[in-house]
Amino acid sequence: MIEMALIFAFACFGLGLLMNLWRVTVAPGVPDRVLALDTMVINAIALLVLYGIWQGTAIYFEAALLFAMTGFISTVAYARYMLRGDIIE
Amino acid sequence: MSLALIAALPFLGALLPGLMIRAGRTACAMATGSATALALIGLLLHAPAVLRGEVVQARFDWMPGLGLNANFFLDGLGLLFAGLILGIGLLIILYARFYLAKTDPMGQFYTYLMLFQGAMVGIVLSDNILLLLIFWELTSLSSFLLIGYWKHLPEGRQGARMALAVTGTGGLAMIAGMLILGGIVGSYDLSVILTQKEAIQASDWYLPALILILLGAFTKSAQFPFHFWLPHAMAAPTPVSAYLHSATMVKAGLFLMARMWPVLAGTDAWFYIVATTGLVTMVMAAKIALFKDDLKALLAFSTVSHLGLITMLLGFGTAEAAAVAVFHIINHATFKAALFMSAGIIDHEAHTRDIKRLGGLRTLMPITFTIVTLAALSMAGIPPLNGFLSKEMMLEEATHTVWAGIPWLFAVLATIGAMFSVAYSFRLIGHVFLGPVRDDYPHKPHDPGFGLWAAPAALAVLVVLIGVAPMTMVGDLVTVVAGAVTGGDVTIKISHWHGLVPALWMSVAAVGAGLILFGAHLRLDALWLAAPRPEAKAIFDALVDGIAALSHGVTARLHDGALSRYFVIFTLGVLGAGWLAWSEGGHVPGLRNVLPIPGVALAGWLLLAVCSVLVAVLHRERLLALVVIGVVGLIVSVGFIYLSAPDLALTQISVEVVTIVLMLLALNFLPKTTPRESSTARRLRDIAVAGAAGLSTAALALALMMRDFAFPTISDYHLANSYSGGGGTNVVNVILVDFRGYDTFGEIIVLGIAGLLIFALAEALLRGAANKRLLEWVPELPKSGDRHPLMMVVAGRVALPITLMVGVYIFLRGHNEPGGGFIAGLIVAIALVTQFMASGFAWTQARQRVDYHAFIGFGVVIAAATGLGSWLAARPFLTSNFGYFRIPPFDKFELATAALFDLGVFLTVIGAVMLTLASLSRIAIRAGETVNTTAMDNDPSQPAPAKGGH
Repeated sequence: MIEMALIFAFACFGLGLLMNLWRVTVAPGVPDRVLALDTMVINAIALLVLYGIWQGTAIYFEAALLFAMTGFISTVAYARYMLRGDIIE
Repeated sequence: MSLALIAALPFLGALLPGLMIRAGRTACAMATGSATALALIGLLLHAPAVLRGEVVQARFDWMPGLGLNANFFLDGLGLLFAGLILGIGLLIILYARFYLAKTDPMGQFYTYLMLFQGAMVGIVLSDNILLLLIFWELTSLSSFLLIGYWKHLPEGRQGARMALAVTGTGGLAMIAGMLILGGIVGSYDLSVILTQKEAIQASDWYLPALILILLGAFTKSAQFPFHFWLPHAMAAPTPVSAYLHSATMVKAGLFLMARMWPVLAGTDAWFYIVATTGLVTMVMAAKIALFKDDLKALLAFSTVSHLGLITMLLGFGTAEAAAVAVFHIINHATFKAALFMSAGIIDHEAHTRDIKRLGGLRTLMPITFTIVTLAALSMAGIPPLNGFLSKEMMLEEATHTVWAGIPWLFAVLATIGAMFSVAYSFRLIGHVFLGPVRDDYPHKPHDPGFGLWAAPAALAVLVVLIGVAPMTMVGDLVTVVAGAVTGGDVTIKISHWHGLVPALWMSVAAVGAGLILFGAHLRLDALWLAAPRPEAKAIFDALVDGIAALSHGVTARLHDGALSRYFVIFTLGVLGAGWLAWSEGGHVPGLRNVLPIPGVALAGWLLLAVCSVLVAVLHRERLLALVVIGVVGLIVSVGFIYLSAPDLALTQISVEVVTIVLMLLALNFLPKTTPRESSTARRLRDIAVAGAAGLSTAALALALMMRDFAFPTISDYHLANSYSGGGGTNVVNVILVDFRGYDTFGEIIVLGIAGLLIFALAEALLRGAANKRLLEWVPELPKSGDRHPLMMVVAGRVALPITLMVGVYIFLRGHNEPGGGFIAGLIVAIALVTQFMASGFAWTQARQRVDYHAFIGFGVVIAAATGLGSWLAARPFLTSNFGYFRIPPFDKFELATAALFDLGVFLTVIGAVMLTLASLSRIAIRAGETVNTTAMDNDPSQPAPAKGGH
């Protein structure tokens, strides 16, 4: 049963990644692309956790943790750059 | 005293002058001299054994894989030369103390001199030809420094350059020759090579090796046609001329020929190349010397001539001639060094070295006169002085030698050479000291103090003593040295009277004709000046200019600064090589099965591929390109996880964040778009080349993955030994801090240097021309929104302790689970960067009083100290150790020195990242940005919110 759920989840998040890719490729402006990238990070975290469950190991969880902890920093940096130019004022 | 220590002492002594010069010039000279004296004593302690015929050795493995070992040996030849180098070196140090002016930097001089001395001693004591080559090049370099010592004189600089160019080129040729020789024998040890005469001379490579080695020897010993650099090197201070250009360095070539004599000499090629070159050099240089008016130029050409004489004797290839060569090396070193120092005294006292402006100094400088007369008579070959003895023996050998079927050629030309030698020696005495006292000297000359004439006087005493009692003074030494040169037993008999042999008549003829030449010098000089003759310096300069222009042209074509061109050339080269290998080598398809591709992996691959192409398409919009690069980094990180490399993934994730932050910081001050510079045709070409390279790489990777490894991989070793040898279950980390700890150590040093360099560049930028542009800088992007939004500040603060905690956790568990110092350093740096972004540079910087320079320094020092610590346990650098401990009530835990090393990595990473960030932020502050004093725009904890807080 859990396998079915995992496959379904993999498919969903994989599809999500492809949609993010679409937004990165075709977008009205830079902010949309940054948001797409940020969403990609979220999807990647999900995929990492799913992959860990699939493999039955906890060793990938640190990577997911690190993504969650630091992934948003790049997004903040992009945002600050677009709003203020200098990201460390 | 160990031979290695004798060779090392001058180098150690080279450290002293710079320190001791603060204690005064005399203290400086004494400290320098004591190092030389110590080495000389060490050498002389070996002398009795060497004179008994023993060979002293000292051997250390240095790089055995390359055949390069620090092996030293001391036989008669080495003893003679090392004795000359150290003994005359001691006299030169004394002489230079009084010769150099107060304004000359004496510490520098002695340092150069000691470096040179060490290199020379190294040459003559080396038992490994690769080691010898290293010392050989060192003499070229240190003599360059010495010749150009008076940097303000253009002649000095040009002479130094010329000497370096000529001897350096010869040195390169000699490296090739020595490598061939080592290849023939299969060993680079001289003591082995010297036993392989038959193998070497039978080899097809004998002639190339001979010519290349002789090129090195001839350039160093100023043999025709490479003699021209020596007179120009006379722009050096006289102590240098006396030391390098009469007693030691120019004899390095002779030493090499003598050293290689047992295996290279005895063939026709050796005889015709070496003996002929020596003969031509001897006669030609002696003739030029007669017409030189500069005292030092006269002595320089006379030196070239005498070097030619010795070369010729070595070229004869007979044991007797080699013995005479050895004897003349001793004699020439004594009288010529004395003459050079005396020339320096005359220059020092009369303020000129021009013979035409001198004369009549006999009564004004009686001591110098006596020294010069003794030495010059010896040079002329007048009995009973030592020069007479070796000249007579040389003439004797010349009469026995037949050149291409002509029995008289050597005898006649050697006599002519001796005749010129007599003439210029008498000219030296006659035109400088004899004649009436003049009243137009640039400076009224008188004898110098004892310090200055002591060294030449000591040598003049030797000239007389060796001349009067040769067998007592140097008989044993010459016997042993000649035995070492020829590799057999030689019986030496030096005496003044050989009976009415041809050599006697040749000698008499030479003296007679020489005196006639001296008498007719005025008329001959006019003829000489009228005749056209090639100017060596002009030819050399034209040659160098031509070569420089050629290489400049080639460089300008190939190295035109366009990165894309280099890439195209390089890529095409690699593609061509790959294509050649593929078409020549044959190709068998791999046998492994292709694994099924999961859907998510395919999606990831699609993201990676599309975004990689997108970066190329969008790269002119730099911010957009940065965003897309973010996608690439993300997929690469996830890919690492998918391919079971969690350590790499953790590193990549944190590196991505830091990279983006730093790039955005820099981009603020850079153009936001990349201009289009190349034509469409060129871009199409580039696309084609890049595409071919990419597809080839993919094909290669596929081909590799479709088959098993041809050899066992090193990974298996790492996996098997990680826990038992390094005490960690995380193989990646154990590789980083243990197996390949040396690499990591080097890498953190590079990282630290990079951080410091960025700081230094930013500093230079703020001081340089860019500063003005920065001060006038107007932000390109409109500023909007909050400067330091409350939400971000609070989120950043809350995240700080958690992130730091994770950093520590990742660091501690690194040895056994994914993690380690590098990743931890990046995580901590990210946590700090977040604070900088949230509350601004000035506010945050004011609240963390740490010096990131020191972080880098501490990191490297801790890593180095961990490595050195293993020395205490008598283990090699960076050997790790670990143990398991238990402190109740905790579980058993592990302590490993590798963790300490990892701490060094951790600190260096933090330091380098934060220093880079601080450097870039400083630029922004200079560009007119205001500095914030509060943590956030609207601080609810403050009673009166300060709007903006600027």
